[in-house]
Amino acid sequence: MLKPNDTQGKLIIVEGIDGSGKSTQINLLYKWLQAQGRSVYFSEWNSSVLVKSTTKMAKKAKIFTPTTFSILQCTDFADRWENSIYPLLKAGVIVLADRYAFTAFARDVARGVDPAWVRNMYSFAIQPDVALLFRVPMDVSIQRITASRAKLKYYEAGMDLNLAKNRIDSFRIFQGHILDEYNKMVNEFGLTVIDGTLPVKTQQKLVRGIVKNALQGWEGLRIPHHRAINSKKSRASAPMGGKHEGGKQ
Amino acid sequence: MSEPIFYGAGFPYRKKHKMPGKLIVLEGTDGVGRSTQTKLLRRWLEAEGYAVSDTGLRRSELTQAGLNEAKKGHTLSPITMSLFYAADFADRLENQIIPALQAGFVVLSDRYFYSVMARDCIRGVDPEWERKLYGIALKPDLILYLKADVPDLVARLIHGRGLNYWEAGMDIHLADNLYDSFVKYQTELIRAFDSLADEYNFVTVDAARPIEDVFEELKEDIRQVLDEDQPLAKKPK
Repeated sequence: MLKPNDTQGKLIIVEGIDGSGKSTQINLLYKWLQAQGRSVYFSEWNSSVLVKSTTKMAKKAKIFTPTTFSILQCTDFADRWENSIYPLLKAGVIVLADRYAFTAFARDVARGVDPAWVRNMYSFAIQPDVALLFRVPMDVSIQRITASRAKLKYYEAGMDLNLAKNRIDSFRIFQGHILDEYNKMVNEFGLTVIDGTLPVKTQQKLVRGIVKNALQGWEGLRIPHHRAINSKKSRASAPMGGKHEGGKQ
Repeated sequence: MSEPIFYGAGFPYRKKHKMPGKLIVLEGTDGVGRSTQTKLLRRWLEAEGYAVSDTGLRRSELTQAGLNEAKKGHTLSPITMSLFYAADFADRLENQIIPALQAGFVVLSDRYFYSVMARDCIRGVDPEWERKLYGIALKPDLILYLKADVPDLVARLIHGRGLNYWEAGMDIHLADNLYDSFVKYQTELIRAFDSLADEYNFVTVDAARPIEDVFEELKEDIRQVLDEDQPLAKKPK
């Protein structure tokens, strides 16, 4: 179980299998919130600099087991959690996360780790104020991914599990398991399902409506007056934004 | 151990092979003589004809880079550090310890996850959370806890490799100098170990005695475990 939000901030997260369109949607949401003059911070899955070298090395050598994979992803999350997400929430910032603990609950369980064990591991994190699950049929996901890049990645396709010989077949089976796990979490964690096959604009309208509701009557951290002069470079409108780089799957 | 027993769910995706080997753990605070005893025990066991595999904390390929990086910059907060150690532990367990036990080796582990628990406990990591995290761990056949008091540890280290930053717990700011910090930190660690000793059934060995005497006692404890059942894998002559 995740902890209730005991901070002044708001946590908004998106989930879904690869190619579900969640990143597009959270980016649009981010720009919208920023344009409203809100303090917003954006955090991506698997993006902590510290854990990166280890993850990279292990992925290259393909030496992960489902358990070590799971723990290292949580290490990455914990690093982001303790150094930016949690302190910023405490300060009253809106934190947007592209993937959250639910990604681990879906993927790691699909890889065979114990569901209660991985839930305990992330139990230091809080339940988001808004948790959106973008759902698309498998074929849409595969088509979107293969259209945007040449090849499915080894771990993304679940090739470490020996499900099938070629990556597309393996991806289909592995992501199918992940989808099942996500579906189980809809009730368990109160995820809001968004149909990821709708036009981008329609989805964004739904997303903004949900977020607007969640922010009703809430103030949050104000943006200082002198900020406009020196904040151009920073990606996040909240401080501490420079620590993490773009993440990967 | 034959039928492996885990503290929790273990590794559900692994096939349940038999593990005819024996897992023997040496625990205790820094400077208590663990590595010296591990070396002596290995030599003795091999002379007796057992195939021995030794292993220690923080020796895994997987997390070495990250852990070294972290120690350099001290930018890791307690949960993150704790997870790094857990990843390392899991890697060693799955890739070294379990295969060796399946092959019938006597595995001598210089520390196990109890050391990580003791250090994390002082740093405020939730003990319940960590116990569940180590539900992946295999229950050892024998846990030998080498115990010495703080004055004895100080004497050993000052006449040996010296006091160091991490062993003195300088990262948690208990005192402004190495000596006071070491004393406070190791006192806390021993207290944490003592409570783990009850919970996990450690065999406590008084390490404040000459190396030879400690060695004899360890041998005696290990013999009992080895004599229990079927013969183990022997080294080819």
